[in-house]
Amino acid sequence: MSDLRALYEEVILDHNRHPRNFLKNPPGATHHAHGFNPLCGDEFSIHLKVEDGVVRDAGFEGAGCAISTASASLMTEAVKGKTVAEVEALFRGVHGMLTHEGPAGEVGKLAVLAGVQEYPMRVKCATLAWHTMRAALEQRAETVTTEDPIPNCGVGHAS
Amino acid sequence: MSAAREIVARETHSTALDVAQVRADFPVLHQQVRGRPLVYLDNAATTQKPRAVIEALDRYYRHDNANVHRGVHALSARATAAFEGARAKVKSFINARSAREIVFVRGATEAINLVAQSWGRANLKPDDEILLMEHEHHSNIVPWQMLCEQTGARLKVVPIDDAGEVRLDEYERLLTGRVKLVGMTHCSNALGTINPVAQMIRSARAAGARVLVDGAQAAAHLPVDVQALDCDFYVFSGHKLYAPTGIGVLYGKAELLEAMPPYQGGGEMIKVVSFEKSVYTDIPYKFEAGTPHIAGAIGLGAAIDYLKDLGLGAIERHEQDLLAYATRALADVPGVRLIGTARHKAAIVSFALAGVHPHDIGTIVDHEGVAIRVGHHCAMPVMRRFGVPATARASFALYNTRAEVDALVAALHKVKEVFR
Repeated sequence: MSDLRALYEEVILDHNRHPRNFLKNPPGATHHAHGFNPLCGDEFSIHLKVEDGVVRDAGFEGAGCAISTASASLMTEAVKGKTVAEVEALFRGVHGMLTHEGPAGEVGKLAVLAGVQEYPMRVKCATLAWHTMRAALEQRAETVTTEDPIPNCGVGHAS
Repeated sequence: MSAAREIVARETHSTALDVAQVRADFPVLHQQVRGRPLVYLDNAATTQKPRAVIEALDRYYRHDNANVHRGVHALSARATAAFEGARAKVKSFINARSAREIVFVRGATEAINLVAQSWGRANLKPDDEILLMEHEHHSNIVPWQMLCEQTGARLKVVPIDDAGEVRLDEYERLLTGRVKLVGMTHCSNALGTINPVAQMIRSARAAGARVLVDGAQAAAHLPVDVQALDCDFYVFSGHKLYAPTGIGVLYGKAELLEAMPPYQGGGEMIKVVSFEKSVYTDIPYKFEAGTPHIAGAIGLGAAIDYLKDLGLGAIERHEQDLLAYATRALADVPGVRLIGTARHKAAIVSFALAGVHPHDIGTIVDHEGVAIRVGHHCAMPVMRRFGVPATARASFALYNTRAEVDALVAALHKVKEVFR
């Protein structure tokens, strides 16, 4: 149970039960993107309001597991008020922490997501909102997925 | 043995299954996962392999490995005898009229694609209809959609009811003269529903349609008699029947297979080749271009021997007991909603747990050593029908026990504790 608690931290469970900035498309939102993991079915839209290079507001819609929902919720809180450059640094920090690809930077409260790295099959859940948010900032229209079937195909293939 | 006598023999094979002995036959079951004894309840995805199958592969590669049908040397003769022996075992297992009606393929998916591309492209015209059930696996949907795009034929879908049973009234209504082929799963992988295929095939026959039965979830769990069913095609995968991956079976009525064009061209499937024209060989080899999965077929033969020794009837009774026990036990867990409550089911229990996404269930029960499947089970239309993104699914096999059902239930209580 103890290492399960490292994955399902109280903070994560709380953000799953009561997601922040959820069902919210902020008025005047300027950047949008859609993320979908077809094997899981996790699906989120991320909306950002960016002014003068600063993320003024953020929201998300969709549905997914506790890890993907909490990650999206925590992310929308964390990016508000940050410059685009700071958000990019945060993305790199979180991504590095979850995937060990690149250094884990200073991530503050988002350290609660660190337990996910011990569950390789669930990393794609935690990273979906982040990659979607980055696509929004880069104004990429195509749907984002974090299901890379080669290194991380644990869920969903066979019948 | 005549067909009738063989059916009687199967049905009178009524000794109970010695599950402890059966478990001893499966090496992989005897391991710990995350410090707990493995409880493997993902048998609808793939089954584990008994020692008899593993040893058949080992023996083949150690002693007999050679290419089939084309050598005069001793090893080739032995390999060919073992490979064709496996075909004869499959023939008897599903009671086909002839071993010529047994085509070895990679699996049920390839078998369906073969029928769609060979029989389908030769026989379907614009506005012909293909009738499928709403609870088909994607592998019995997508090949037909591809065929429709190629031929202009149309796909029609028979809805299922809230229990997960085919709406037979709708089936009869949709079964018009335009329907050229009915594709039906014998047993739904996502819901466990066993379709009344014999009755449905009779109706299809009366309407003049050909019938393909997807037996991927059925062949290892209930007796199959393709002559009694009178289906045109029956397909299944070896790996869901305790045999290796990469081997599967297409049964087709001889007269249909004979009339069908080849699926792939190459060696094995020809009589004469010249640059002007090639002459294809006879069935089943016409559909087996290239060197086949010889070891896989031999392993499938060994798996069939293993199942016949235990008796399909005894296996079915044991799994039905597990199904009844698991259904009661899961229904007693507060917040559990069973998805798929047909009257006639295989030992597959799909469920949702209030407030917890299936993937979180899967991770937490895995922590307790319990392997279940979470996701859409390659049956997205079923998920849509029941209004869920995914389900958790426990699927049982002959080596599972009531104690393992208890372990699943205990693990679900852990899930509830975490998500309290």
